[in-house]
Amino acid sequence: MRKFSLILALAALLAFAGNAAAAESILVGTTTSTADTGLLDYLAPKVLKDTGLDMRWIAVGTGKALEHGKNCDVDILMVHAPGAEKKFIADGNGVSRTEFMFNDFVLVGPAKDPAKIKGKSAADALKTIAAAKASFASRGDDSGTDKLEKGLWKNAGLAPDKDPWYIQVGQGMLVTLRMAAERGAYTITDRGTWIAFEAKEHHSGLVIVSEGDMALRNQYSIILLPPKCSKIKHEAAKKLQAWFVSPVGQKAIADFKVEGKQLFTPNAGRSAAK
Amino acid sequence: MDYFSEGLTRAVELLLSLDPEAFSAVWATAVVTALALAASLLIGLPLGFALGHFRFPGRRVARLFVDWMLSLPTVVIGLIVYAMFTTRGPLGEWGLLFTLPGMGVGLTLLGLPIILSMTATAVESTDVRLTETVLSLGADRMQLLFATLSEARFAMALAAASAFGRIVSEVGIAMMVGGNIKWHTRTITTAIALETGKGEFATGIALGIVLMLVALVVNLLVALLRRRAVA
Repeated sequence: MRKFSLILALAALLAFAGNAAAAESILVGTTTSTADTGLLDYLAPKVLKDTGLDMRWIAVGTGKALEHGKNCDVDILMVHAPGAEKKFIADGNGVSRTEFMFNDFVLVGPAKDPAKIKGKSAADALKTIAAAKASFASRGDDSGTDKLEKGLWKNAGLAPDKDPWYIQVGQGMLVTLRMAAERGAYTITDRGTWIAFEAKEHHSGLVIVSEGDMALRNQYSIILLPPKCSKIKHEAAKKLQAWFVSPVGQKAIADFKVEGKQLFTPNAGRSAAK
Repeated sequence: MDYFSEGLTRAVELLLSLDPEAFSAVWATAVVTALALAASLLIGLPLGFALGHFRFPGRRVARLFVDWMLSLPTVVIGLIVYAMFTTRGPLGEWGLLFTLPGMGVGLTLLGLPIILSMTATAVESTDVRLTETVLSLGADRMQLLFATLSEARFAMALAAASAFGRIVSEVGIAMMVGGNIKWHTRTITTAIALETGKGEFATGIALGIVLMLVALVVNLLVALLRRRAVA
């Protein structure tokens, strides 16, 4: 009797597992920001309803996501590092790159603003931080955010690495923000993660010190992979890309809110003025 | 900000409300752990017996190698298995990347050295007179294997429990090979890593409590079987 009920329980579990695999699945290689903010959780049911695609995702840093794409391990990429993406395409690892939404980055730091950078442009702010040797927390994980930050330092004519005030965290954005809060450091974060962080940790002591600079815009693109990835679902990938740039998909992105604030601005067909 | 009490409350909530996300993670954990443990035992018990029982050239090197493999970092196992299973890797054809069986393979590499090493040690330390007695009673090699394994069964149960503990709590391989895909390859440990990254510390602790409860149930079952075996 006991054995029988065990078999029954197992069968029920198997049936449950089998059910989940009914719709055609598509594997998206994406970045932590689209997953951590809840955007993909919000969009997945809409995608399923409109296209019949069961969207699954592997959320990692852009560097690792591109590597997954290069190895044909995912069906489609959704990433945000224009420079690296263009190289990715030029190297023949991707066939098309479609810009479809953006959010922006903000420079945050201790409310006391020890380096006095409030209101400065991104480049000036970084120069001031370096000159003051004020602590700065960097992702240091080759993610899209990390690449953008490195680019900003480069534009400012600087390349901090071993400097004692420059903390390379090597982890996700929220961990980096938390570390910046604990150490009284400045850092650069995407606005989405910032809103989520601020909503959760009211007394972090961090505030936005610089925002709105065009250099802080964070463009997301969808990349289709080349035919040499013979095993992946090319048709499903095209269908998903079409949904994201369609009026329905673009509106869904604009409708996504965290703590009542819109995080991503759809801009398919209107390339970012950069 | 009391993560512990909040985490405990949340764990009870997750369990009582049969939270589908939490149960999907428990299910994924159960599947990969069962696969990896079964494979580790199937391969590890006979090989471990051979390693502990027979005296063959290169045996000490083999033992050294197995004990050395106990130190293999899980992130490295994850990387190796990823490199094998990536679509353009040597075993890409098998389509195991980002699947539960793929994770099972990686976790087997973690569990196997534990089973091998502990079984070999257990067999080595069984009374040498056992072999002589069993053989003098006319047993063949196969019967000797079972007699020795049965004599060393408690030591091997410990080996299995140790391997279980490492496999069920592993996060590096699960993350790298499984990809932490919601509803599919998200295990309890990768879910904890994700929630922690998202700043949901209480949920992370809650999932940790769930994992420990699952492990407790398994250990209780093993203890029960053991009492029966003794009685």
